[in-house]
Amino acid sequence: MEATHVHGAGHAHGDDHAHHPKGIMRWITTTNHKDIGTMYLWFSFAMFMVGGAMALIIRAELFQPGLQYVEPEFFNQMITLHGLIMVFGAIMPAFVGFANWMIPMMIGAPDMAFARMNNWSFWLLPPAGILLTASMFVPGGAAGTGWTLYPPLSIQMGIGMDMAIFAVHILGMSSIMGSINIVTTILNLRAPTMPLMRMPMFCWTWLITGYLLIAVMPVLAGAVTMILTDRHFGTSFFNAAGGGDPVLFQHIFWFFGHPEVYIIALPAFGVVSHVIPAFARKPIFGYTSMVYAIASIALISFIVWAHHMYVVGMPVAGQLYFMYATILIAVPTGVKVFNWVATMWRGSMTFETPMLFALGFLFLFTIGGFTGLVLSNTAVDVQLQDTYYVVAHFHYVMVAGALFSAFAAVYYWLPKWTGHMYDEKLGQWHFWLSIISFNIAFFPQHFLGLAGMPRRIPDYALQFTDFNQVSTYGAFGFGLSQLLFLYVVLKAIRGGEKAAAKPWEGATGLEWTVPSPAPYHTFEDPPVLTESKGHA
Amino acid sequence: MGINKKTQSCLAGLALMGWSVMAQAAWEFNFQVPATKAAQTVIDLHNLMMIVIMIIFIGVFAVMFYSVFKHRKSKGHQAAQFHDNTMVEIAWTVVPLLILVAMAWPATKALLNMRDTAQADITIKATGYQWKWGYDYLKGEGEGIRFISLTATPADQVRGTAPKGENYLLEVDRHLVVPVGKKIRMLTTATDVIHSWWVPALAVKQDAIPGYVRDTWFKAEKEGIYRGQCAELCGKDHAFMPIVVEVVSAEKYATWVEAQKKQMSAAADEVGKTYSLEELKSRGEKVYAANCVACHQANGKGLPPAFPALDGSKLAKGPMKDHVNIVLNGKPNTAMAAYGGQLGDGDIAAVVTYERNAWGNKTGDMVQPADIKAARK
Repeated sequence: MEATHVHGAGHAHGDDHAHHPKGIMRWITTTNHKDIGTMYLWFSFAMFMVGGAMALIIRAELFQPGLQYVEPEFFNQMITLHGLIMVFGAIMPAFVGFANWMIPMMIGAPDMAFARMNNWSFWLLPPAGILLTASMFVPGGAAGTGWTLYPPLSIQMGIGMDMAIFAVHILGMSSIMGSINIVTTILNLRAPTMPLMRMPMFCWTWLITGYLLIAVMPVLAGAVTMILTDRHFGTSFFNAAGGGDPVLFQHIFWFFGHPEVYIIALPAFGVVSHVIPAFARKPIFGYTSMVYAIASIALISFIVWAHHMYVVGMPVAGQLYFMYATILIAVPTGVKVFNWVATMWRGSMTFETPMLFALGFLFLFTIGGFTGLVLSNTAVDVQLQDTYYVVAHFHYVMVAGALFSAFAAVYYWLPKWTGHMYDEKLGQWHFWLSIISFNIAFFPQHFLGLAGMPRRIPDYALQFTDFNQVSTYGAFGFGLSQLLFLYVVLKAIRGGEKAAAKPWEGATGLEWTVPSPAPYHTFEDPPVLTESKGHA
Repeated sequence: MGINKKTQSCLAGLALMGWSVMAQAAWEFNFQVPATKAAQTVIDLHNLMMIVIMIIFIGVFAVMFYSVFKHRKSKGHQAAQFHDNTMVEIAWTVVPLLILVAMAWPATKALLNMRDTAQADITIKATGYQWKWGYDYLKGEGEGIRFISLTATPADQVRGTAPKGENYLLEVDRHLVVPVGKKIRMLTTATDVIHSWWVPALAVKQDAIPGYVRDTWFKAEKEGIYRGQCAELCGKDHAFMPIVVEVVSAEKYATWVEAQKKQMSAAADEVGKTYSLEELKSRGEKVYAANCVACHQANGKGLPPAFPALDGSKLAKGPMKDHVNIVLNGKPNTAMAAYGGQLGDGDIAAVVTYERNAWGNKTGDMVQPADIKAARK
């Protein structure tokens, strides 16, 4: 497309002389956005494997009724760590990794705005990951409260709880610094010829996500700090006997927790908004309405938090308000889905792996959106709250939504990162194995929830056996399929067909104007975008 | 690219699997049979939403899959270059909004009804403990009845050393008995952590929050036994604190109330009695098995550090006063609950005596119900 035509592209090729230390010191001291992006992505994948192993322990125990492999207290630790690690360790860093790699190249910036802080925000992550995983091995084990850390249960826990609290603090600091960096980069380092409303959609989603993170991470930090002082310093924020209220924590937590859902979902929307137009060979439909939809989703996400708490016994007026506000989110979300479908309409589509994952995302995320609509209905939610229906719902949103979009992103940009095409056949195998096993794992959980199986239990009544077995088969299939993903990525790193600067026929954007693999430094001089009706 | 074929065969396989799953009745995939009007309302609401959702879903994805099959490069389809259409965009913002408003109306009606706890015939308080439920009949027929309801599934069924019974994990020693056709208002609270009182067939789920009282209600239309579980993660044995509601006729209920009252007055008499060490120990062993084993374990070794051992502990071998005090009042910020409100003087005397004389603890101490009564003050 015209918009991506760059004058003086020679500058963009930059200089590839990397003046950096060799070996491990390169990675410890690096301030290069591409290096840091790579480290984010590998950290995320490592955490994905750890969290995934925990999920398989959970599913193994749930294969049949009775206690077979683990004790209930260890089971509770597994669900807690699985949640915390997947949300904070796997999904969030993955999208920060994409942001680091791609945003400077998409907007024609030489690097992130705060390059040294960028290094620091990454290197905070490993200690947090270690704190979380190591908490399993301290006396009393890890927190067994679920990732929501509700008091008073979290007050009863051992030192593992304190480790989780500190891990959350550190992860929060990292996220806040990362998002300040991204917001500043997007606002200040765009090529002078790129106005906001011609910015790539991924940058838009991250700009808004950045603000969400800056707004809510301190809230979470406050909430867990209050738990910490309740535990050790005699405060009673959440203790009724001292004048506090356990439900207060839930309000604070979900004031963070609901925007958090969109912190994960919005960058995923951004990725899909690149992949679908690229493989439909057609500009994104309704760019402006997409931007407004993202902004309204983000705003509404601040005013719906108590739909996670319909059964805590809030006044009926509160329940009604939160129900209406929640239902409202379906409108901008619907707009996005319609726009993506309209983008495909009358395109000229091909179905390489990124497109397959984007379509898988679209199809399954919509199912997750619809079950969200069912759950928004307070009267129905009374039956479904804290059941497997909820577990199914958020895995459709988080796994089929965010994770599939992350896979789409990896396959889409891997040629740019490595300079090699990945193995298309294996990539497609990865997609089909993932989507089929994902549905086998999670679709039956809707039925379990409807039939009345509570979540977070290591043992269940006999009528839930059949679907649990199906779900466990699916979960193991899904877990093993991800080893194939690792193999495909490693294979592409080590070699393969040379990738052109723009390996995808329909791809648009500045990132495709630099060679593949992208040189160590790009856009040391800002590119100039030509006039065009379309968007970069 | 061969994907077309692959796509089709995969989708066909999925659909086939879906159908064969549905066809078998043993696979429970929908709400439990409702026993209240509210539960029926929830099912109706859910069905309504599912119909609307299915229509939209099929509509949207019919368009998408049509496009996926027709508008592909391999079929030589040329890409159009349109990228905006204001009318269409306004339409697909406004129409869903109207559909949602229409769906919010029945949802609002159902919710207002669910929350109307006024004019109850009987009021019962459910108290969540780690890990059991206590019931107090506060108002209406049966007023004054109170008891603890414990899981009745034996540990060897959980551990797989005995075959699992029909109502595995959904059975308790004492049912919550209520009369049919009467409006029962349930108050919920807890002593330690948050629990949630849930019976699916009654469509009642209400968090039980320590230090606060919430309420909900149900009116069962049919006699029968309805089973539920705690629905809020409350620690180790969250999966093992079931709820069983037995709905009986008015006459049966009256008989049951009579029997409960008799039992309770018998229990009240025991405060004046003095028991021998052996009597206290054997009764204490049963109380211990019902209330203490989950944490402190049958062998008294506990599960340190969260749940300390009693065998050889300073507490069980130290001053009697401290021991009685901790059983009566619990230990703040730990899982050790206050049993003063759950157990009678006789049971507490028995269990303390048992703990001081079981395993390696051979103190020979004993404590009588009258002492416990005195210690409560």
